[in-house]
Amino acid sequence: MKAAVLVFPGSNCDRDLAVALRRAGADVTMVWHKDDHLPDGVDLVAVPGGFSFGDYLRCGAIAARSPITKSLIGHVERGGYALGICNGFQVLTETGLLPGALIRNAGLKFLCKDVALKVENTDTAFTQTYTLGDEVCYPIAHHDGNYQVPDEKLAELRGEGRIAFTYKDNPNGSVGDIAGVVSRNARVLGLMPHPERAVDPVLGNTDGAAMFSALIASVVAA
Amino acid sequence: MSEPKVTEELIAKHGINADEYSEIIRILNREPNFTELGIFSAMWNEHCSYKSSKKWLRTLPTQGPQVICGPGENAGIVDIGDGQCVVFKMESHNHPSYIEPYQGAATGMGGILRDVFTMGARPIAAMNSLSFGEVTHPKTRQLVNGVVDGIGGYGNCFGVPTVGGEVRFHAAYNGNCLVNAFAAGLADTDKIFYSAASGVGMPVVYLGAKTGRDGVGGATMASAEFDDTIEEKRPTVQVGDPFTEKRLMEATLELMATGAVISIQDMGAAGLTCSAVEMGDKGGLGVRLNLDDVPQREQNMTAYEMMLSESQERMLMVLNPALEAEARAVFVKWDLDFAIVGETIAEDRFVIMHKGVCKADLPLATLSGSAPEYDRPWVETPAAAPLGDTPQIDPMEGLRALLSSPNYASKHWVYEQYDQKVMGDTMRMPGMGAGVVRVHGTNKALAFTSDVTPRYVMANPVEGGKQAVAEAYRNLISVGAIPLATTDNMNFGNPEKPEIMGQFVGAIKGISQAVSALDMPIVSGNVSLYNETDGTGILPTPTIGAVGILKDLDTIIDGVARDGHVALLLGESSDPLGGHLGQSAILAEFFNREDGDAPHVDLGAEKRHGDFILANHTLIKACTDLSDGGLAMAAFEMAEAGGVGIRLDTDETPALFGEDQARYLIACNFDEAEALMVAAGQAQVPLRSVGTFSGDEITFGAATCPLSELSEIHQTAFARQAT
Repeated sequence: MKAAVLVFPGSNCDRDLAVALRRAGADVTMVWHKDDHLPDGVDLVAVPGGFSFGDYLRCGAIAARSPITKSLIGHVERGGYALGICNGFQVLTETGLLPGALIRNAGLKFLCKDVALKVENTDTAFTQTYTLGDEVCYPIAHHDGNYQVPDEKLAELRGEGRIAFTYKDNPNGSVGDIAGVVSRNARVLGLMPHPERAVDPVLGNTDGAAMFSALIASVVAA
Repeated sequence: MSEPKVTEELIAKHGINADEYSEIIRILNREPNFTELGIFSAMWNEHCSYKSSKKWLRTLPTQGPQVICGPGENAGIVDIGDGQCVVFKMESHNHPSYIEPYQGAATGMGGILRDVFTMGARPIAAMNSLSFGEVTHPKTRQLVNGVVDGIGGYGNCFGVPTVGGEVRFHAAYNGNCLVNAFAAGLADTDKIFYSAASGVGMPVVYLGAKTGRDGVGGATMASAEFDDTIEEKRPTVQVGDPFTEKRLMEATLELMATGAVISIQDMGAAGLTCSAVEMGDKGGLGVRLNLDDVPQREQNMTAYEMMLSESQERMLMVLNPALEAEARAVFVKWDLDFAIVGETIAEDRFVIMHKGVCKADLPLATLSGSAPEYDRPWVETPAAAPLGDTPQIDPMEGLRALLSSPNYASKHWVYEQYDQKVMGDTMRMPGMGAGVVRVHGTNKALAFTSDVTPRYVMANPVEGGKQAVAEAYRNLISVGAIPLATTDNMNFGNPEKPEIMGQFVGAIKGISQAVSALDMPIVSGNVSLYNETDGTGILPTPTIGAVGILKDLDTIIDGVARDGHVALLLGESSDPLGGHLGQSAILAEFFNREDGDAPHVDLGAEKRHGDFILANHTLIKACTDLSDGGLAMAAFEMAEAGGVGIRLDTDETPALFGEDQARYLIACNFDEAEALMVAAGQAQVPLRSVGTFSGDEITFGAATCPLSELSEIHQTAFARQAT
């Protein structure tokens, strides 16, 4: 599988995400934000965590308007896979590829800790190796992870099974305890927790490894 | 624009005394102009010149086979094998943080990160040692919130994991908090960059953010005591931009890879002045700068302002002119300024041109090398009065007093505001002992810790200095790391007072003995003096940052205590009461007393016990050193980490709460305990069983309490009182 990891000025989990993807067997290319096209034959575009453009404006707002992001949108419109983690999730909501918005944590503080998540949908390329209702532990590290959508949209997300993960003990005030959502075709996942920080046994947590292996297996099969 | 006349009042405002001014006139053979006076004040203030401390800093052991570069450069460099090295330093940002906590702490992070990547190293770990006033003091909560927010805001955006640190509270810091920031980076040994310029007529290039008026006079401010005019000093605090710093780091590392960099220096205290003079002086060259070419953020800036600005996220470099196009392209890519602002010259002159006028023309080597050096009078700290009578206490009441003190409560409220895992190599997070970070892509790891017990240093500067190093050593040993080297951040009061200078001298002597005995040379450091408000000094606080190596990830001691494990105590007390209670945490927190002498540090025992742990690490499941709160606190923390109760046989106050040094608490199973006892007999180190881990209660002799109840106190006390 060919994956592209986008690099914005201020991205700081780009290397971590590339390491996790390569570990699962992906062929990874780093793509600079000023580039106006993705490498040929890319299956997955991954948008990493960090503070793109310093997040001095709304988190992810400027990255969503970078030249490479137009190619990302085209890739998704053609049915391609995309994964946005943390700041990457914020970028995906700013582009409109995923619904909702991420606002400041309810506690107003940056929060870095391990959290328990419940797998709410196993019918996606990202989560198919988990069992419905599985509890997994991913680290979070964000200041603006409080996911919000209007009530009618929340009902729609629930109805369409588009909530991929919920927090067991909501750390940031997200509506419906939502930690991650997928697009209607379930090929775009955005989530605040960091599965790429939970893939290496040496670091004591491998709960995120299944996401990357599942993703690669389903892309290769497709 | 006309410049102020150099008057006696102006000279005094620049922190230059009469003798120093006479020396300037002798050097120049004329009066300095306004800009030149500013440059002298920047180079000669305590913060930049170390004029009170140099004599004593020279006595520190700084050498060893592992040391690639000791003090004098931006950071120290230590060999970690396989052609790699770790580059690290600790530096204070005390005064700015007290005036403006968010920006003061943020730019403290910025400065220390720049010191590391200026040398060609990518930062991989950060720590912070913070000292605040009493939690009941009206300013403390604002400072705690602002400083922690500022460190997080900068470090999280930049993208470096925070893996350790300390937070303490004491009335002596009410008017003068301490913010000591540590950073470590990783570099290839053959790709280290230094600040010494070489070659005549080489372009001097300005990199990074634009220059504004922020921080003008900051270094001079940091070298003065505080009084009630403090609010007026707010404009001398710099403003940080971690996003620019992140880009500057990426661009600088890319630039270094092009081969275009001859030498490079970050602009820290006293900005353009200090960096240009340092590069010229180390290379035996002069420097000519044309300030018209300096990228400026504000209009109508004067030469004086540009030379003294402490705007952040800037670097100065001497460029290989053949590679100018490649170098410029890197900075265009990252949208950062790249401007040729001068050149190296053969003559020993520091020439500043602005709008066609020569604003300064000074002898460069003299400017750098002739900073005054003082042999300040000092008096030895008198021996502490003996410890008064200390009654036996209910051990659970004692433990509760410690757990509910913001000094010894869990600091998770702090650490959770820092990204601890970015870069994907964090093996041990902050909270208990040393943090551990894998060396990316290898089977090695580095361990980091920062330690000092200021109340010990106050009572006995020599033993206190030794103890700071010894505790850092033990924290590294407790995770299975071989201690490598140290950095020292010396925070003291006004050195013009002989008793304060005596604390400094004593601490240096103690640190020297300890780093020598434990083979942890000092490779970098920073001195912060004049930490006084209205004539009252802080507790002497020589913070030690230490780095150790795990040559194989498998040698890490990273387990937790489990039900059925034996609790073994390595080390012993030589106190006739069964434990040293002088200056202990229990004395301060339970009895509200600070008396007696600091515990004596037997450096031979420290080394023997450390070697024993490393030699027998495979038999040890979990290990922690005994420090504040003694055996009781170590036992509680180990039990809490493992989610299991512990029963200690003793309920004696000195045995439980004494703070004798060179001791560790070990958890292991019964077979391992037997093997360790045999090994201890052979190695002739004192090791004995003191209890067992089991159930869900903490029991000291006959006193008992559910772990969950004590843990609740430990986990919530900090946020409840200090934020």
